[in-house]
This record gives sequence, C-alpha cells and structure tokens, in this order.
Amino acid sequence: MTDTPASPPLPAASYIHLDGPEPRLSFLKCKSCGTMFLEPERLACARCGSREGFDAHEPKYEGTLHSYSIVHRSFPGTAVPFISAVVDIDDGPSLKGNLRGVPFDADRIDGAMRVRIVFDDALGRRDADGNAYISHFFEPLAAD
Amino acid sequence: MSDVYITGIEMIAFGRYPHRTPASLGAEAVLGALDDAGITVHDVQTAYCGCVFQTMVGQKIFQQIGQTGIPIANVSNACATGATAVREAWMAVRTGDYDIALAVGVEQMTGMGMLGAARQASIPIEGLMGSTSMPATFAEAGREYAAKYGTSFAQFAKVSVKNHHHATMNPKAVLRKETPLEMVMEAEMIAYPNTKLMCSINVDGAAAVVLMSEKKVRELGLMDRAIRIRASALASDPWQQRNPQMPDINSATQIAAQRAYEMAGIEAKDLDLVELHDCFATAELLHYENLQLCGAGEANDMIDSGATALGGRIPVNVSGGLLSKGHPIGATGVANLYELSLHLRGQAGERQVEGARMGLAHVVGLGTCSAVHILEKA
Ligand SMILES: [Zn+2]
Repeated sequence: MTDTPASPPLPAASYIHLDGPEPRLSFLKCKSCGTMFLEPERLACARCGSREGFDAHEPKYEGTLHSYSIVHRSFPGTAVPFISAVVDIDDGPSLKGNLRGVPFDADRIDGAMRVRIVFDDALGRRDADGNAYISHFFEPLAAD
Repeated sequence: MSDVYITGIEMIAFGRYPHRTPASLGAEAVLGALDDAGITVHDVQTAYCGCVFQTMVGQKIFQQIGQTGIPIANVSNACATGATAVREAWMAVRTGDYDIALAVGVEQMTGMGMLGAARQASIPIEGLMGSTSMPATFAEAGREYAAKYGTSFAQFAKVSVKNHHHATMNPKAVLRKETPLEMVMEAEMIAYPNTKLMCSINVDGAAAVVLMSEKKVRELGLMDRAIRIRASALASDPWQQRNPQMPDINSATQIAAQRAYEMAGIEAKDLDLVELHDCFATAELLHYENLQLCGAGEANDMIDSGATALGGRIPVNVSGGLLSKGHPIGATGVANLYELSLHLRGQAGERQVEGARMGLAHVVGLGTCSAVHILEKA
C-alpha cells in the first residue's frame, strides 16, 4: 500500500475559507451601502452602483429559514430526497444550501425556523483530481 | 410613432417533432402567420427570431421560405425570448422605420427533460447546496408566498386542475386530459409542493406574428381583423437581497405589468382574459398578485372561487397554459399572443371568453426578465 498523504480539502464555494482552524464565511460588503455579495470580486455594487469598493465581511453563523423545497427528483445521479433551503444569514446575505436534520415532511418543518450554519465534507464528492471539498449546511438551532 | 397592429398570427400544435429542425418548425409558423395576414414573404421588411438553444434560426427560417435580404436579428432572453422578439418587431414598426415586421419564436426541446440544465462546477453542487432545478426553484418561490399568506398544497394543485381542464378544449395543447385534484396531488412528487402534474412540459413548438403600422393596415383593408398592441413592456430584475440565490420572479413581472398598464392607460379590471407564465403551478398564484389581478394575499381566494377559470371574473390561461399546452421556451412568448388573438377575434371555439376585447400576456425568464403585452380588439 502506498501511503501518500491526502491533500487538504478545498472550499466548495468561493465564500468558504479554510485558512484557519475552522472553516469560515467571508462576503463582499459594499463600502457605500453595505449590501453583501457572494462572489469573490466585483467591479461595482448591484444595489447602489457604487465603485468605491468592498470590504471582506464575516457574518454570524446563524440565520432564519426563508423558503425551501423538499426535492424528490433532481438531475441524474443526485441523491434524493434532500431539502433545498434559502436562509437569510444574520449580519450577512441570503444563502442557498441543504437543510439537514429535519424530516422530509412539510407538516413538520417550521418554515421560519432559526438555523445554524455548519461546515462538513461535501457529501463525499471529489473532483477529477480526487480532491475533497468542504461545504456549508444548515441545521435547526432548536435541535440542541 | 405609429400604432402597431397584429394582422397575422399562427401557432403550430405543440408536441414532439424529433425528425424536424427548428427552422422547419419556425417556417411553418411563419407561413401560417403570413397567410393569416394575406401577405407573402416579399412583403416582410424586417424580422426578429427568438430561440434559446440554437443560433441564427431567423436566417435559417427565411432560407426555408424565401431569402429576400431583409434585416433579421436573433434574440435570446430565457423564457421571455419570444416576447422579446415581438417587442423588437413592435419597436421597429412603432418608430415608423418599417410598416411590416415579423416576429417568430421557436424551440426544439424533445429529450431535454423538465428539470433544466445542471450548473457546472469542479464538483456538482446540486443536492449539496440546495437545488438549482426549475421545479425546486419555483417551489421555493411558491413556499415564500405560502409562508406569507398560508397558501396550501391543494390550492397550488388547483392551478393544474384548472389549466388542464382548459386544455381539453385546446386541440393545439400537448396534454389534453382532465386531472382531478387528487390525481394532481398524488402524482410523483418532484420538488414539494410541485408534483409532476404541476410542472410544465418541455416540447417542440413555434409561433409567429405579423405586425403592421396603422397606415399599412388601412392600406391593405385589414382593420376588421386587426388587433391593436396597446402595450409592450419589458423589465429586468431590480436589485433584491435574495436574488439570485433565490431567483426573483416577482419584481420584474411587477415592473413590466405596471409599465404595460401605464402605456395602455388601463387597469387590470379592464382585462377580459390573461395568459400568464405558469411554468409551474406554484408560479401562477404569485402572478395573480404581480399582475394586479388581485390584492395582496388574495390569490388563494382567486383559485378557490374559480375567478380565474373560464367563465370566472378574469379567466387565466384558458389555453391550458404552459402546464398543458407545453413550454417550447423560444415560442412561448409568441404563443400566448396567439391565444389572446383567437379570443379577441372570437375564434377560440369551445374555450372562447365571451365578448373578449382586451387581453394581457405575460412571460418571465430566469436571469431575470419579464415581458407583458396588452392586446385589444381593433
Ligand atoms: Zn452599494
């Protein structure tokens, strides 16, 4: 058996940063109006049009569920069911992700539940070079 | 500025044509529209073609029916593609530069499935960071409305019951069967609350329209069959906090509708029928409000009371809508004008909205854009 050390996992999205002890989120925040964006660089603000530039901003790791769908059929090869969720992050932008730790039953999902943002392996998915990835997930806060 | 009229319009029966080309489907629709207007390809002065998945289809259509050297431009604007082609042709005539313009929308989608295309990344993110499938995207839009106003799964499902019922009276719709509420709700769940019977059907199709200036309509003596375009409005998505994580189908529609009502100088209550973008059952209810057909939170009552069914206060999607007619993306925004035109001319047969004089057609494309046209019997 060869014993090659595994290369460290990569962030599954550009706003996930793995440069510290724990994964963290960082978004662009418009210097003029404070609006936040997910992409790593922009020329101007989509809300106010300002070209003053952006600050890196780390949000809270909690938020409120805004909307969701329980997905039972998706693109070929995608494991189902899963819950696709839109979460308004506290002191951050809105983010899409998987909501886990809740039943696949709309009658048992609080549509405005408080969630925490956690990081985990990207469901075992690897790129063509065999790299692992870290993704964000949402979990109900109330499950504590 | 000239008033602009529809004098010829055609939609081919939507369905599956795996052995034909977009140009052939488009050409069939164009020839039908030319015949309807009583003109030939030699009378057409400029043309706009809407198609999302193929390039240069406008020229390919004229290569089928007559190459006259006229200016032809191809447009792509997601699900508002066909409507955008119509709007370009409308502008060409309205400015006075052309007296006869043609718009055609076409799409060949057999085998493409209903989910849309997966977004590519170094690893697939579908099911990892939520879903970008169309059924889930529109389910989330519907859930947002439901969270605000308590819309139930059954109320969303009733949209399919209504539109599928309407389609039983439309020989050009691809799905023509009654689907009772239980059947809709018990169909395969795709993305809650959208079941398979609450998703539009990707099919092949084409539709075309001939537009003329008022001067030309009078010169050719076509005023008795002409339909006046009272408004043509297009909007893009204004900034919204959750867009594009959660595509905003509401704002662009609201802006386009408001512009159209102002241009036409009318209100929603003046309309006799509406063809709106029911790409998923969850979307239709949102658009009742976006298009000002009802007040905030009243869409639930609209579907429960039958106000939007044929015979109701403001019939919506009497063609069967995208849910039953099918949704060949580039053709959709021209096909809904075809439906309005049939009613305004009193030629809609069994599904005729009695005495229809004014109709509104709406499309919305993710990315995002929305187009609204208001037509009036001349
Ligand atoms: Zn700004």
